[in-house]
Amino acid sequence: MKASHKVTLVAAGLLIVCMTASVVILQRVDRVRAGATLEEVLYISSPKLLKRLSLGYDGLLADIYWTRAVQYFGGKHHEGAGEYKLLAPLLEITTTLDPHLIVAYEFGANFLAPAPPNGAGMPEKAIELVENGIRSNPDEWRLYYQLGFIYYIDLKDYAGAAKAFASGARLPHAHPFLKILAAQMAQHAGEWETARMLWVSAYATANDPEIRANAAAHIRALQVDRDVAALDVFTEEYTKRAGHPPGSLSDLVAAGMLRGVPVDPLGHPYKLGADGRVQVADPDNLPFIQKGTPPGYVPPKKPKILPTD
Amino acid sequence: MSGRIAYIAANTFREAVRDRVLYNLIAFAVLMSAAAVLVGQISIDIERLVVVNLGLSAVSLFGVVIAIFVGIGLVSKEIDKRTLYTVLSRPVRRWEFIAGKFLGLAGTLAVNTALMAVGVFGALLYVSHHFQSSDGWVLVALYFIGLQFLIITALSLLFSTFSSPLLSSVFAFSLFVIGSFAEDLRGFAGIVRGPTHWLATAAAYLVPNFSALNLISSVAHEQPISGQLVLYNTAYALVYTGMVLCGAVLIFERRNLK
Repeated sequence: MKASHKVTLVAAGLLIVCMTASVVILQRVDRVRAGATLEEVLYISSPKLLKRLSLGYDGLLADIYWTRAVQYFGGKHHEGAGEYKLLAPLLEITTTLDPHLIVAYEFGANFLAPAPPNGAGMPEKAIELVENGIRSNPDEWRLYYQLGFIYYIDLKDYAGAAKAFASGARLPHAHPFLKILAAQMAQHAGEWETARMLWVSAYATANDPEIRANAAAHIRALQVDRDVAALDVFTEEYTKRAGHPPGSLSDLVAAGMLRGVPVDPLGHPYKLGADGRVQVADPDNLPFIQKGTPPGYVPPKKPKILPTD
Repeated sequence: MSGRIAYIAANTFREAVRDRVLYNLIAFAVLMSAAAVLVGQISIDIERLVVVNLGLSAVSLFGVVIAIFVGIGLVSKEIDKRTLYTVLSRPVRRWEFIAGKFLGLAGTLAVNTALMAVGVFGALLYVSHHFQSSDGWVLVALYFIGLQFLIITALSLLFSTFSSPLLSSVFAFSLFVIGSFAEDLRGFAGIVRGPTHWLATAAAYLVPNFSALNLISSVAHEQPISGQLVLYNTAYALVYTGMVLCGAVLIFERRNLK
């Protein structure tokens, strides 16, 4: 064998060995440094300083920080963490680097506002983020919608929600839906209807399948809450009339109070529990429900959200 | 064999010194002295932080620039000046030439880094008036910067074996920037699905991982560095450098120099 062929063979073999070894070692490095890239936020936490350090490449850096924020939230959410201490600084850095990155305000607020485990439980920070977004993008009606959403869903502040929706509705290209929401909030009319309208609009306007699935789960939960409340009224009425509680929902049908045993949004019939209250058959698959769970029911740490069709 | 490699390495070192590469030390000394003297007068209680951040960043940047701009000419310059033919007409194998050139530039950078390290510690002593135990981590950070130089030198040498100096410098600098975001890249690869996932993962593992070798911020904040990380980073830098040098040897062995 010629000497140069021998060198080629040895070099090729070594190259493959080194490449494999580098991947294996890198995986170990990643395990040792898990989350280290994100923790750098703690070292350079000033968004303005970071903007200056970006030397004009602030748009690119904003995209990187936004992706880091998504990864951070996704990772923490997946592990069922109750604390998201880097989320607000990551979003602040992202939106300071690129104040027109609307997606960071919209989704960032959705990460910040809901209570754990669905979010960071920081509605005040979410409002601050969206208000900053409105200052930088005053013509963006979606941000007003987002602001109203947080006031309504997370803070139950109907006046704040009405003001946000009304401000957004005044913008030239605002979705007509905002006017309806503003009016409903202002009148404090039909809380259930308003909540359903908000989730239906979230479902209709989102393109991401996970967001649509989340909205669908909330719509199902609202339906269950309303059904269970109505059925509980019927069972109380039956008890008053018959002098004893019903054994099952079929008793209500036999008494002519219902046309048939009603089913939940997943198609399973509602049932009566041992305590005489109406329950759903499969509470794990109906996350976010407030009513209809068995006594002492503990929901899964991570909500089980069914995919939409 | 080792004598020939050592001879080429020593020659490369001498040539770098003759090309006034070490003149960067003057700029570095001025920078460190100015930082040490000025920062105490214009800020409060961040003297050590500024000296460590500025010093290590300067060591890293000066070294990267030298590694790229000297590295890209290691082979192409020898071809242009036709000195390569003289070398290869002697009993010197092509892989020995590559190994010697790499070791020569790595040695130049090691000397340069060691001298700059003296400057960093001098400035630290000036602002703090004494050394503290956490200054030991600065040495570890300097060691990691040295490992970065090994990888960049090997990459510049690899590009130098088949490309023009201009393109080689663009490739090497681009890889340095991409490699500085390598951990993000692997994170992105982890969240995409399908064939894109495999492609992105392969690309993320193929680019050099400079982010784990850059611990300037954490050292400036006196954060300790685990022994495991020192071990893995050393092993990674050595095998990655080995991989790139093997690539350079493979290309150079097959290159038609007529």
